[in-house]
Amino acid sequence: MHSTLSFSQATTVPTTNYAFHSQSPINLRFCGLRREAFGISILTRSSSGRVRLSTRGRSKRTSASTGNNGTPPKSFDYDLIIIGAGVGGHGAALHAVEKGLKTAIIEGDVVGGTCVNRGCVPSKALLAVSGRMRELQSEHHMKALGLQVSAAGYDRQGVADHANNLASKIRSNLTNSMKALGVDILTGFGTIVGPQKVKYGKVGFTDNVVTAKDIIIATGSVPFVPKGIEVDGKTVITSDHALKLEFVPDWIAIVGSGYIGLEFSDVYTALGSEVTFIEALDQLMPGFDPEISKLAQRVLINPRKIDYHTGVFATKITPARDGKPVIVELTDAKTKEHKDTLEVDAALIATGRAPFTYGLGLENINVVTQRGFVPVDERMRVIDANGNLVPHLYCIGDANGKMMLAHAASAQGISVVEQVTGRDHVLNHLSVPAACFTHPEISMVGLTEPQAREKAEKEGFEISVAKTSFKANTKALAENEGEGLAKLIYRPDNGEILGVHIFGLHAADLIHEASNAVALGTRIQDIRFAVHAHPTLSEVLDELFKSAKVSFGSFLHCSQELLNFYLLRFCDYVLIRHKLLPGLES
Amino acid sequence: MANVLQTSFLPSTSSLRRPSISGSKGKSQSLQVKAKIREIFMPALSSTMTEGKIVSWMKSEGDKLSKGESVVVVESDKADMDVESFHEGFLAAIMVEEGGVAPVGSAIALLAETEDEISEAKAKSQSSSSSTPQVVEEKPKQIEEAAPDVPAAAAAPSVPVAKAVTLGSAVHPASEGGKRIVASPYAKKLAKELKVDLGTVVGSGPLGRIVAKDVEAAAVAVPVAASPAKPDPVAPGIELGTVVPFTTMQGAVSRNMVESLSVPTFRVGYTITTNALDALYKKIKSKGVTMTALLAKATALALVQHPVVNSCCRDGNSFTYNSSINIAVAVAIDGGLITPVLQDADKVDIYTLSRKWKELVDKARAKQLQPHEYNTGTFTLSNLGMFGVDRFDAILPPGTGAIMAVGASQPTVVASKDGRIGMKNQMQVNVTADHRVIYGADLAAFLQTLAKIVEDPKDLTF
Repeated sequence: MHSTLSFSQATTVPTTNYAFHSQSPINLRFCGLRREAFGISILTRSSSGRVRLSTRGRSKRTSASTGNNGTPPKSFDYDLIIIGAGVGGHGAALHAVEKGLKTAIIEGDVVGGTCVNRGCVPSKALLAVSGRMRELQSEHHMKALGLQVSAAGYDRQGVADHANNLASKIRSNLTNSMKALGVDILTGFGTIVGPQKVKYGKVGFTDNVVTAKDIIIATGSVPFVPKGIEVDGKTVITSDHALKLEFVPDWIAIVGSGYIGLEFSDVYTALGSEVTFIEALDQLMPGFDPEISKLAQRVLINPRKIDYHTGVFATKITPARDGKPVIVELTDAKTKEHKDTLEVDAALIATGRAPFTYGLGLENINVVTQRGFVPVDERMRVIDANGNLVPHLYCIGDANGKMMLAHAASAQGISVVEQVTGRDHVLNHLSVPAACFTHPEISMVGLTEPQAREKAEKEGFEISVAKTSFKANTKALAENEGEGLAKLIYRPDNGEILGVHIFGLHAADLIHEASNAVALGTRIQDIRFAVHAHPTLSEVLDELFKSAKVSFGSFLHCSQELLNFYLLRFCDYVLIRHKLLPGLES
Repeated sequence: MANVLQTSFLPSTSSLRRPSISGSKGKSQSLQVKAKIREIFMPALSSTMTEGKIVSWMKSEGDKLSKGESVVVVESDKADMDVESFHEGFLAAIMVEEGGVAPVGSAIALLAETEDEISEAKAKSQSSSSSTPQVVEEKPKQIEEAAPDVPAAAAAPSVPVAKAVTLGSAVHPASEGGKRIVASPYAKKLAKELKVDLGTVVGSGPLGRIVAKDVEAAAVAVPVAASPAKPDPVAPGIELGTVVPFTTMQGAVSRNMVESLSVPTFRVGYTITTNALDALYKKIKSKGVTMTALLAKATALALVQHPVVNSCCRDGNSFTYNSSINIAVAVAIDGGLITPVLQDADKVDIYTLSRKWKELVDKARAKQLQPHEYNTGTFTLSNLGMFGVDRFDAILPPGTGAIMAVGASQPTVVASKDGRIGMKNQMQVNVTADHRVIYGADLAAFLQTLAKIVEDPKDLTF
């Protein structure tokens, strides 16, 4: 049992987030030998443990009590105040209650934040529609399955309603879950007025001041709009507007080809728009592993009604007015010379997100933001202008800019709650998966191949790459969706997984086997013996791990040969017993 | 892992050596000694592989290649693999385009050793490849023969010719006086695929933007326009027992015809007495009025009263009621077909309409029709009466609601209501319509109106 999370006496137990290994060897008969010999190697890594900071006097903490909000110490209104009720704040609040903290959450807008209201959630609704449209429109695909579908169409308002309804539903789920646990939801914009002190209130109302032992900033981000671009919310839009799907333009320019831009290109092309990507870097999809982005471009861009301009900035975008279309001025990223002008029906600005930290009162505690981000250390503790830690103040999620993903924010929040309840915890960001929900999906965890090569060179180890194709997967072929690739970057000397990248059907769901392995420190030589149901897409990863070549010295090699030998013998034995093979004698 | 293979570049100096000194001067002579053009072959990526599909070219023609650099991605029966170059040089000519399939061992591109040889290699590739790069089955044979001057050259590049003919014929409204071409992403893709020069296409999208259908229309028009420039491929006699690939236009026609199968059509026929129309025609023929114009005018006037028959179904969800009545009339041209359009045929008087028709026919013969003159029809007329055909059935062109097939007007013995037998000129018309928007009763009512107009044609001359 991995129950380390719930024991939290104030002892100085050297733990890290790796230290969740079961002591007993996995009960796999074949690998008993190897387990004894090498099981320890995994543990040695984790015992490099960071000792819990004893400076913070967290003497008593009730152990795992769920449901009731704990009593606050005399001097504070709350144990924990979270500013911002997005996914990060929500995750932190739930975990805080579980740990017995009296918790409040301050929200100035709507519960759920960007993800639920203007991000991941409504976009998944649109992508669910686009995926189905794509399937229904793919005559070739349908024919190959023997299906006949008459012309597929859609009702724009119906699609928009689906996205909106989903957001409301998730929002109310989130609100209810916090209310049910007894988290106080305080309405208004939160401002830090001093150490452990926050004021909040709506504009025009008197402010309330509350105190808390610990404060987490989780104010998230807003779409970033480069200067020169005029957003009117109608023809020049950000993801906030696009998710409402108020109209489907014939031709839309998407500035930025990262996750957001890619997902919207998937939605818009499925609904009949033509798309022009504008990317400042020399390559589309710059954030992805190069091999994956190359393949993705072949599948997601080239065959679709999409063209692109790379190495250019959209320096000026004017919304459509007076019968003129949206005008996009392109400037060469290197020479800074005017390169081209586009006349399109709409432009979507997907150039990333900027932290929303304005008005937080950071100046009151001598914290200076860096490009708007709140500076933090690896434990999410806020660093002030002098480079010192601000006690009892943490910042998670998009506002700290470490990893701008909803689930990363939540994981950071949980990590902070672990720390304030007396257990040191450092989140391994390399174990946080990321996904792009195009059709097919893209997902990844850990390092890209160039990053891994750089690290390997610096630290002096070898890396290897293994790849498997969805073309060889039975389930993928049954679905007639054989396009796809899974890629594993690993250390052949010890079997450590450095990165896994998947492009293919349901890649976003498949990545977790790899991300869990990274989080738990599972090595390839162990995970390759895990059994996968047949036929499933997860066998793509099974094959991937099996195709990796870990060179562990001759002993292991030997034992593996031996295992295979026995395995085959065993199979023969079974077959002979069942009279399926002509056996000589037993 | 084994995604990176070395392909088998074979020098083929014997067959592809520069035939004469062309282009560059002094410098080439010293180079000539060692200059080579190599072929890049489709590699065998697995033991079971017989042919491979070109997924993408990572280099384009003219790019410099260094040894070991990936040139092309090939999809085999098992996986996609990058193929590396064995030699240094310049990618001179791509012989199998992306998406094309080539058998293992056949040449898919040419590699020139120096920049000077690129053009030469290009010429080689053009003469050794047939007109459509996708057709690669015979290619290895041709290369082995080492005599690339095969008859394929006759059918070779019709495209440059077409360009020359139509170049500069149109100025894009949204292009700042023709400096810039505004075309949607899909239109650009299609133009590349169908080898249409966007500079010659007139856009019908918002603010004159070129959209996909403009390119498709131009793709049909280009070969028609080019046909006089090239030797007539039919006249020397069709070689029996051969398979001749579609020309671009025939391909487009084929696509349109297949696409028409997705439209649920039905037909309604009618017999119309034409004595009065014939009499009118005789009377005003001297003023330059043609029968086609009369029929178009009559049809247009009938359509005014039945706007639904002039509508179409674009997306499967809605009626598109066209604002103007544009009668397209099918005309056979050099083994092809074009449909010049009489715009606003209901509003324009019969004399102007006749002049317009003459002008369109002249333009069609001179291959000078502009896209808006043949692709803006809302209702189509097809007349085979001149061949003595008395009735036939037309296929509905995608994007329109109805087409009317007109047979010959013939003297017919008819019984009248008062019990007499008489002789009347009668023609049969047969309308094919999209039943998603036009129903049986709509067509019946329309035909009744049309018959009334033709049988009492005094309105036609107003």
